[in-house]
Order: sequence, then C-alpha cells, then structure tokens
Amino acid sequence: SITGACGGIQKLTRVRVVDNSTLGNTPYHRPPKCIHVYNKAGVGKVGDKILLAIKGEKKKALIVGQKMPGPTMTPKFDSNNVVLIEDNGNPVGTRIKTPIPYILRQREGEFSKVLAIARNFV
Amino acid sequence: VCRLSSDEKPGKFQPPPKPVIIDKLKQIEERRFLSPEFIPPRGRMDPLKFFIERKDMIQRRKVFNIPEFYVGHILAVTTADLYAKDKVNRFVGICIQRGGKGLGATFVLRNVIEDQGVEICYELYNPRIQAIEVLKLEKRLDDNLMYLRDALPEYSTFDVNMKPETRLDHEEIPVNKLQVRMKPKPWSKRWERPRYNIKGIKFELPEKVMKEAQKWSQPWLEFDMLREYDTSKIEEKIWKEVNEELKK
Repeated sequence: SITGACGGIQKLTRVRVVDNSTLGNTPYHRPPKCIHVYNKAGVGKVGDKILLAIKGEKKKALIVGQKMPGPTMTPKFDSNNVVLIEDNGNPVGTRIKTPIPYILRQREGEFSKVLAIARNFV
Repeated sequence: VCRLSSDEKPGKFQPPPKPVIIDKLKQIEERRFLSPEFIPPRGRMDPLKFFIERKDMIQRRKVFNIPEFYVGHILAVTTADLYAKDKVNRFVGICIQRGGKGLGATFVLRNVIEDQGVEICYELYNPRIQAIEVLKLEKRLDDNLMYLRDALPEYSTFDVNMKPETRLDHEEIPVNKLQVRMKPKPWSKRWERPRYNIKGIKFELPEKVMKEAQKWSQPWLEFDMLREYDTSKIEEKIWKEVNEELKK
C-alpha cells in the first residue's frame, strides 16, 4: 500500500478485502474505499462495521485487521483487512485465508458466522 | 574388574569416574549478558524507583525463565488468551526491536502468515506470557530491524513449526551478515539516510540518491559530549546485584 499508518479506519481509507467473494476479488479500476463507519467516533478499529464502496456498489463490511497498533499482545497487520458482510451479519464469501485476531472471539454472538469461515487465527 | 565390597559379595555396578580435562591454555571466559531493560535511562529520576523495579523484575525472573535474546533471534511465544483454542496462543516470529525500560520492557515479533505480515508487541514481564523459546540464534547487523516491513516478504517468513535450536557454547552468538533486498520505493521511512545507520540493506538505488541522502548526515553527533551516556560502571553494579538476587 502507498499511504502510511492512520489512527484506524475512517472515511475514504482504502481497504483490502480478505475473503474469497466475487465482489471483493474481481479487479476494478478503483480500490474499495470506506464511506461510513458505524461508530460514535468516526474511526473504526478491529471488530467495527463499516460501509464500503466496491465496484460502484455499497456493501457493509467488518474490520478484521488494521495497520494501527492496538492494545499490547494484539497483532498488528501490514494492511487494513476487511470481510464483506450482509446487513444481517452473514458473510458474503465462503473462506478467509488471512489470519484473524483472537479478540474477535469476544463478540462470538455477532460474528459467529464470520469466525466459522476463518481458517487461521493469530 | 569386578570390585567386591567388604562383604565379598558383588555389589551394584559402579562405573569408573569420568576423567575431568582442564585445558589451562584455553581460558574460558563466561559471557556476561545483562538484559537492556535493567539499565536505567539517563535522567534525574530517583534511583530508588529503579531499585524497586529491579527487585520486581528479578522476582518475576525467578518464577519464569526469560532467555537471553537479541534483535534478530527467532522466538516462539505462548500466551494465555481467553478467546483462543485451549486458552493458549502460540506465535513465532523474528524479534525486530526491543524497547522500554524496567517492567514495561517490550519486544516486537514479526512474521508473514499466508502473505499477510503480522507484528505483535509483547511485554517481557506480562504475567500472561506462559513460555518464551528461542528457535534460532543469530544476531543481525542492526539493532532495529524495522526495515523488514519494506523488504521483500521472503525475509520475514518463518516456519511456524520450526524446531528449537540448542546453543553450542556459552560463547559468541553468530552474526548473520545478510543484506536484505527491498521492495521498490516509497518506503515507510527513508532507510538510506545516515540517521538510521542501517548496514543490513542491499541498496540498489542509483548513486545520485545515495549521495543526496548523505546531505542529512550529522557527523558531529558522535563527538557530542552532552549526549554521552557511559553505562559500563552502572552495568557492572547492576550485574552483581542481579546475580546475587537470582542465586538466592
């Protein structure tokens, strides 16, 4: 990626879609960008939902990894990773290859389906 | 030769005593390693604070063994994690940097898993850490390997199931003089500049760029007397103190 580390994921951050959905993986001349963060503060951390603009469509997504360092003992990734999600919380893709932090397991109720597709945990 | 005891009955087999060879020509010097977080930073703080901190650090070291390691070693850390499988989380990575002093000493481990670079900053004295194993012993040319983020991912990938390497001697740790190849610019920091003083990168940049970078060199810094901090005497004192406490 080109930009340096930011304080989280906010409006207009370029983001990397990490699951194997067609929407996320088909090439497009513009990278997927965040348009809204579902948070009181406009900055999203790991485990927050955001609205992405991909291929001219709006899609909700879940943040799974960020470049900004979090609390100690939590992993810091080299790119801002995101998993595409429907409105009811069902993931769009069927597999997630990249590692996902164990902290997401804390909210097992909301993210159980996403955690079920994940292969590696860090 | 069967050694009979005084009762004239064949007693238990006692092997002959092993010969002890003392090579007087070779003087074996024991290497001293004092972890860098013991050395108090330069300042006007009350030394009592550092003394109390050192006592706590030694207490923790008695309970849990923190091995000697430098930047460039490959470590495997197992932590207790409520939300992990079997409540235990194991991470393998190369130590990029060691920071902090006293109980807040940290070290950052980096690894590339499934084409995704992951870095975790661990605290040495955090009670959640269950075990630290040294998998590979090697020092690098620099103290700070942050440039691995801008290097090709092959230099940061390490096998998660690597077997631990045993130390041969209680003497030198091998220095790996690897010159790392970088991704094309732009990098997160301008590593070619002399303030970072990096010797472990193979700069494939044109000479013009390297000459431009030398414009920012500050050759007077190494002669600046106000920045001097001689730690040799402090280290000696702390080394004796720490060793005495650990033996108790």
